Amino acid sequence: MYLSLTSHPDDPEGTPKGPKAANGVSSIVISLGIVSMLTDISSESVSAILPLYVTGVIGLSTVAYGFLDGLYQGVSAFVRIGAGWAADLGDQPKWVAFFGYALSAVARMVLLFATSFGALTAVLTADRLGKGIRTAPRDALITDASKPQNLAASFGVHRALDNTGAAIGPLLAFIILLVIPNGFSTVFVVSLAFALVGVAVLGIIVPNRRTTSRTRAAEPRATRRRIRWSELNNPGLKRLLLAAGLFGVLTIGDGFIYLVLQNRSSFAAQFFPLLYVGTNVAFLAFAVPVGRLADRFGRARTFVLGHVFLLAAYLSATLPITGAAITIVCLVLLGGYYAATDGILAVLATQFTTADTRATAIGAAQTVVAVARFISAAGFGILWFAIGREWSMLLVSIAVAIALPIVAVILRSARRYRADV
Amino acid sequence: MTRRRRIILLSAISAIALIVVIVFGALAYLRSQAAMNTPSSVSVIPVTTFTGDRVEFRNTASGADYGKVGSVPLDDPAGVRSVSTQICDRVYSTSKLTMCLTTDAGVVTTWSAVQTGATGTLAQSWSLPGVPSRTRISANSQLVAETSFVTGVSYAAVGFATETIIATAAGKSFGNIEHFTLLVNGEQVTSADRNIWGVTFTDDDRYFYATAASGGSIWLVRGDLDRKTLTSVYENAECPSLSPDGTRVAFKKNTGDFGSPNWKIAVLELATGLETILSEKRSVDDQVEWLDNSTLLYGLPRADVVGDSDVWRMPADGSTAPALFIPHAWSPSVVRP
Repeated sequence: MYLSLTSHPDDPEGTPKGPKAANGVSSIVISLGIVSMLTDISSESVSAILPLYVTGVIGLSTVAYGFLDGLYQGVSAFVRIGAGWAADLGDQPKWVAFFGYALSAVARMVLLFATSFGALTAVLTADRLGKGIRTAPRDALITDASKPQNLAASFGVHRALDNTGAAIGPLLAFIILLVIPNGFSTVFVVSLAFALVGVAVLGIIVPNRRTTSRTRAAEPRATRRRIRWSELNNPGLKRLLLAAGLFGVLTIGDGFIYLVLQNRSSFAAQFFPLLYVGTNVAFLAFAVPVGRLADRFGRARTFVLGHVFLLAAYLSATLPITGAAITIVCLVLLGGYYAATDGILAVLATQFTTADTRATAIGAAQTVVAVARFISAAGFGILWFAIGREWSMLLVSIAVAIALPIVAVILRSARRYRADV
Repeated sequence: MTRRRRIILLSAISAIALIVVIVFGALAYLRSQAAMNTPSSVSVIPVTTFTGDRVEFRNTASGADYGKVGSVPLDDPAGVRSVSTQICDRVYSTSKLTMCLTTDAGVVTTWSAVQTGATGTLAQSWSLPGVPSRTRISANSQLVAETSFVTGVSYAAVGFATETIIATAAGKSFGNIEHFTLLVNGEQVTSADRNIWGVTFTDDDRYFYATAASGGSIWLVRGDLDRKTLTSVYENAECPSLSPDGTRVAFKKNTGDFGSPNWKIAVLELATGLETILSEKRSVDDQVEWLDNSTLLYGLPRADVVGDSDVWRMPADGSTAPALFIPHAWSPSVVRP
């Protein structure tokens, strides 16, 4: 759909920003990817062993933990749009992102001394909030540093690095525990070190560059804010949010898919605690090629295609086939789904805004998706118990199949409101 | 700052982080190696099978035998312990069977439930979806049960957190009993966030007690394996343990709130509904074991040492204060052949 991107001679988006690497992706994007990779090694290494730590060391049930976790997910959803807006308002996306990364790093520091459940939940809340705060301004920085024609590929490179961290983290944590039994404090120190170096890379290496900052400096603040809000009233952005929300409520949590697989195959049952690592590996493998594909084939098309992968993942999980192969196929499809939707959504959001409102638009899209998934998780849970796991998966699959053409039409009708061409 | 200075600053920060990690990790490694290579901190006798009236448990004394299944005679619980070669996170034994929930540690760490016969022969095993929590065997060794957490779902979805499996010792599984019909005050609960944990068996091969939770409420439920139902009998009671005479249930009762739980041990008289909250001041997160019809056993982690704990005893009527029963132990089961 968005194949032709004519670069106007006077288009500020068309000019290169920052040093470019050989493959056309800015070194700033790679730096941001390294920041995310280090941060993900940090957070995922702790997440992987946290249930062990909570039950084995603190001696508490994780039932309460699971409950609270869901709650914080909802809270962090709304932080996303707020952080995006703050980044646009102050024209400081780097420092808003920095605050988000730093908050998570401070949480890791407190983790070393947290021995009660209350302290632990406070640490996890700070970590989640940090994640919510940093995402939209960071994605705006990626956009600022990239050429429009290879924006999806830039996001692909970033997400590949990000998920490399998410795949390394749990394995690193388990290796530490294998070498040092009960070595939880070592995992926490390693996690803190990765988080701090990640924050340092962001603070020291990544510039806070925005293309329009020079021209906007002269404008009075009030005028600028009015312009922002009218820009966000873009019918194209509204359609994108609608499309993302519609898909979001039909996206059941990965956990439910893993549970279906666990019931099916002894392979999935054995590796159940690490199935998500498999998905992360597939995501990182597909991120760059799918990003490049999106730049040529069209971002909206790729976004819709991603949900075809999701549909295929649902169906593969419900197929009455046992054995390791179908589990691997399902994880690969899930990875493909993330590669075709996660960064692409941010790219789509930027297409309906100028640099002034970029972070807000990205934050809005991510908030919509997070809230929709939260609703979906609760709703699907009810369905799960009411009609059984296979039937509920099948029902959602049918709903996704119906939504696919609808979303395609919505996104097609949105393309004429693009602000970046 | 010039580009050169930025790179120097970043390199310095990274180098410091790396040095701190290496030093901390190396010290932790050396400490753990030293602990593993030193003889057990308490006297142990290696054995292949346990005999006599005894308490079996997970040995948490530091040293070479850490984590192995241990046993002490009932009449000398603080005496020299026998240890087998089997390593369990959570263990329960009768004279005929042992249920061992164990970590298969590795780069890819997984967990499993293993049922063995008295001579250590493998009877059945299955994979767990996460960290082990509880396990029980019926008094006549016909039924086994385990609860594990459902972990490994990054940023876990709302709606599930535990899995509880009941199976016959012969190998027929009832599956996750979360799918049994849950009846609270006669009404069926179908909400998605149901969780069942902590099974204790009666001696008729049909009924059991367990914990059911949904929507922030927690019930003691009576389960029926024939009708596949779970029926609420009491509120706010977790990890039940039926007394040997079948008249009372000991459980943990949360007197704090959901976010910061404070579990007290309580005993419920099933016939009268009379509840006694015992005077143990520390919060107990364990499934209590009955030493006999008037005494309870439970584990408490040591505050000062990671991964170490003690088994305490207390009269079921709360008449006297708790006393240390077996030091450096966890997950006790009383075995009377």
